Amino acid sequence: MADILNIADKIFKSRLFTGTGKFSSAQVMEEAILASESELVTVALKRVDLEDEADDILSHLTSSRINLLPNTSGVRTAKEAVFAAQLSREALNTNWIKLEIHPDPRYLLPDPIETLKAAEELVKLGFVVMPYIHADPVLCKRLEDVGVQCVMPLGAPIGSNKGIKTEDFLKIIIEQSNVPVIVDAGIGAPSHAAYAMELGADAVLVNTAIAVSQNPIAMGHAFKMAVEAGRMAYLAKLAPIKERAEASSPLTSFLNEI
Amino acid sequence: MSFKTTFEQYDWDTLEKEIYAVTTAEVAQILQKEKIGLEDFKALISPAAKPFLEQMAQRSNQLTKKRFGNTMQMYIPMYLSNECQNICTYCGFSMTNKIPRKTLTDAEILKEVSKIKSLGYDHILLVTGEANKTVGVSYIKHAIELIKNNFSNISMEVQPLDQEEYETLVAAGLYAVLVYQETYHEATYKVHHPKGKKSNFQYRLDTPDRLGKAGIHKIGIGALFGLEDWRVDSFYTALHLRYLQKTYWKTKYSISFPRLRPFEGDVAPKVEMTDSDLVQLICAYRLLDEDVELSMSTRESEKFRDHIIHLGITSISAESKTNPGGYSVEPQSLEQFEISDERSTAEIKAMIQSQGYEVVFKDWDKAYS
Repeated sequence: MADILNIADKIFKSRLFTGTGKFSSAQVMEEAILASESELVTVALKRVDLEDEADDILSHLTSSRINLLPNTSGVRTAKEAVFAAQLSREALNTNWIKLEIHPDPRYLLPDPIETLKAAEELVKLGFVVMPYIHADPVLCKRLEDVGVQCVMPLGAPIGSNKGIKTEDFLKIIIEQSNVPVIVDAGIGAPSHAAYAMELGADAVLVNTAIAVSQNPIAMGHAFKMAVEAGRMAYLAKLAPIKERAEASSPLTSFLNEI
Repeated sequence: MSFKTTFEQYDWDTLEKEIYAVTTAEVAQILQKEKIGLEDFKALISPAAKPFLEQMAQRSNQLTKKRFGNTMQMYIPMYLSNECQNICTYCGFSMTNKIPRKTLTDAEILKEVSKIKSLGYDHILLVTGEANKTVGVSYIKHAIELIKNNFSNISMEVQPLDQEEYETLVAAGLYAVLVYQETYHEATYKVHHPKGKKSNFQYRLDTPDRLGKAGIHKIGIGALFGLEDWRVDSFYTALHLRYLQKTYWKTKYSISFPRLRPFEGDVAPKVEMTDSDLVQLICAYRLLDEDVELSMSTRESEKFRDHIIHLGITSISAESKTNPGGYSVEPQSLEQFEISDERSTAEIKAMIQSQGYEVVFKDWDKAYS
């Protein structure tokens, strides 16, 4: 059976989701995203001009492979998020929304209370909701209960490139989740992405590490390979880590001699 | 509670002594740290840090790119009025300066807006003097409502207001307020602001608190360099920043670096801040704080601005006019201060792009305000 990722009504061959921020030009952004073979690309509503058909970002995301994932970055409350999502659905003709509510502008850490409130409301309004959250296993279950189609816990603070710092909690989330788990934020190197996939994440979202690299196009490609390798390793089942060699069985070998 | 309590725990002269006593060895040690604190900031703005300028610049460049990417936000000021009832010894709009006074009418504002829009801007900064009868809160509120469909992001730099007044303006669509303390040296402040509402040091000092309480999205702070020792004033600014970040944690902050520029009436700066000093300060702020926005106006020279965009700056203006009506209504009227970089928006845009940065005109949506 082909290993495909299914979220709501869409099927993804690529398990690498990307973003559109921080690139040195819209052209570089487009080439890097194409090199990553990503099929889901998030874009901040505040950065695009919804009234302008020639918007510089949107006009570089026209490949048929790319699905747009508008995000609510900039909102501070559930109410603002719901409003932004409705605006986005109307203007961009998609009911997919990456729900980001980070009232703290410094570390951009997600507000769990407002996120849960907004998620519940948006699901009722017919959105495919992808919430950016802390690696909080209980919050993930609560979000699942209100009907989100996936959860997006962070590996480390957004843009920090620090890697998978929330590992212990991600493992619990992955173990318990009935919806796809997408590790979002903190992934700074292809090895981090591969590691998240080896842990069993269904996908990862990477932006800063690609956009701010000296060569975003090559880095987009590197992430593609890392995500594929990590996924393949997860499916192939990693050999267990052992603290020491186990050559013999000193306590039970007598059983063979009886 | 306000910043006053924190402010009063520090003494200007003691700070000055501490900053000037820092040794090169101490700076070298601090630059090894992963996280720079307020105490470390003193060392980074001290004369002892000068030999480490390149190292600081490299780190500032990396941190800024990590956080803000390869992007530069563009904004433009629009002066609505030069009427003013304050005396500020260093300002071209000061009450005692015999210049023609002008406040834009609705039709004039819209004429300026249409010129500014044709240049591509989507983030605007409204500026006035302090004249409560002609350009009070109701004038400003009306101006915001008049232009808000034309801009995604509206900031203002006007006289300090009360919390309720800020709340009214935020509700009308205001995103950010810039309010500089000018100097944190109270005695010097009084010398330069002898008359008018602005002479109240404490009211000005507590302005960011009132803004924070009013729930504004962004507050811009800073000191005017030239009035007092820039190092001590900058330490106080950083102290103010840290206090605000902890107290009004949902608000964004930006820092500006105005150096005194020639104007009608002229006073020579008491303390000179060199280009190298300004670079040092910008880098020190970035090392202290990865996420604070650092803003650069057209007060600085072309060459300086061409290079500074790599060193920590995240937003920049171009083609600014510092006279009401300067873009199209009355281009020849008297300016608040002379700008230094007079290149067009298109030239600045090309300069930034040629250095590998994307020029960002829109990074907010009016629907959010």
